[in-house]
Amino acid sequence: MEASEDLVCCPVCDALHEIGDVEVDTRLRCVRCATVIAVGRPEAIVRIVVLAATALILMTIVVFYPFLQLRNGVFTSRASVFETVMSFSQGVMAPLSIAVAFFVIILPVARLGTILWALGPLSIDRAPLPGAAFALRWAEILKPWAMAEIFMVGVAVALVKLADLATLSMGPAFWSFALIVFITALKDTQMSKHSIWSALDSAKS
Amino acid sequence: MVGTGQREKLNALTARDAGLVGCRHCTRVWPMETEICARCGGALESRDRTSLQRVWAWALVGMLFYIPANLYPMLITKTVGRASEATIVGGVIELIHHHAYAVAGIVFFASVVIPVGKFVAIGYLAYAVRKPHGIKPKRLLHLYEAVEWIGRWSMIDVFVVAILVALVQFNLLATINPGIAAVCFALSVVFTMLSALSFDSRRIWDEIETLSDETPS
Repeated sequence: MEASEDLVCCPVCDALHEIGDVEVDTRLRCVRCATVIAVGRPEAIVRIVVLAATALILMTIVVFYPFLQLRNGVFTSRASVFETVMSFSQGVMAPLSIAVAFFVIILPVARLGTILWALGPLSIDRAPLPGAAFALRWAEILKPWAMAEIFMVGVAVALVKLADLATLSMGPAFWSFALIVFITALKDTQMSKHSIWSALDSAKS
Repeated sequence: MVGTGQREKLNALTARDAGLVGCRHCTRVWPMETEICARCGGALESRDRTSLQRVWAWALVGMLFYIPANLYPMLITKTVGRASEATIVGGVIELIHHHAYAVAGIVFFASVVIPVGKFVAIGYLAYAVRKPHGIKPKRLLHLYEAVEWIGRWSMIDVFVVAILVALVQFNLLATINPGIAAVCFALSVVFTMLSALSFDSRRIWDEIETLSDETPS
């Protein structure tokens, strides 16, 4: 059998499918393992780009504004996301600090950045930037390692633990981070490998 | 569609059967000898031959780090000169004393049930796909997807420690410092995630097909 552009393999179970143009509003699932292979949404690229851009802008608020504030009588302590990340920075814990920084801020931002780099020009009908394929591949590889949403659940648990120790208030960074988690999840539902890669292919030619 | 299934849709035509190799990054297929996908630049391999070795190796290291993660303190709290230490399970018990049962449940689930369940599930998967097995591939796939998806959530406890340490720094009144178990636990989670990612899900179906080819129904 010849390898052609219409021939698509399921990334999960390797079953072959012949896919032409996908009809609007249909999901094609793998015949064997039911993994979604292609989604017929012509506007998906624009949606992904818009959502990624929004999340990236909100990220600047997260870094520069206070995240949580703790008050206990006369004592007040404030923590930004940056300080939270640096909390392991003393002594032997330093590598953990770097790891947490990667999981919570750097990798989520890197994912948004690579997606914008790869798909941004496509959404305004321009030719893709150099390295678009590389960027898109890495956006997918980094997916399990970007843990912003898990960090938010961690925040919730920490709030309960501190509830009787002190009064807590959330800063603007907290709410924008919550929004980023939501937007990123929404964006990931729009991405299907076959659809975005064939969009990149047709933009190149 | 080429691969419309016969026998319970087990025998879909795979890229390997067709003498092709499929790219797992971008789903494009190439002739078998191709090594690098020309569309996305990813490495191509019809079946990951070292997959199971890496699954076992990472899982083993992850299990090793999970032991000190439970023995050593996760949090060191100093209140007015007195220091107290809490392990993972100790933290859960403390939450129960505060009557925060739901949160205690979440932490217990994320730091004890998920890691232990993952070790068992990965071991079972890696063992099952080695030889022809009669297990429905759908069931194995669901198990694998659950393991892959849920593993990251174990990180909750590490993030909780990070937030507590950053917030509770009232010099004399109370300070919280991270314990060495936080590092061990984070490493354990990372290693078990690598173990799950090393698993080649395509193998779930391979042995099933061999089996059904040998015993014609």
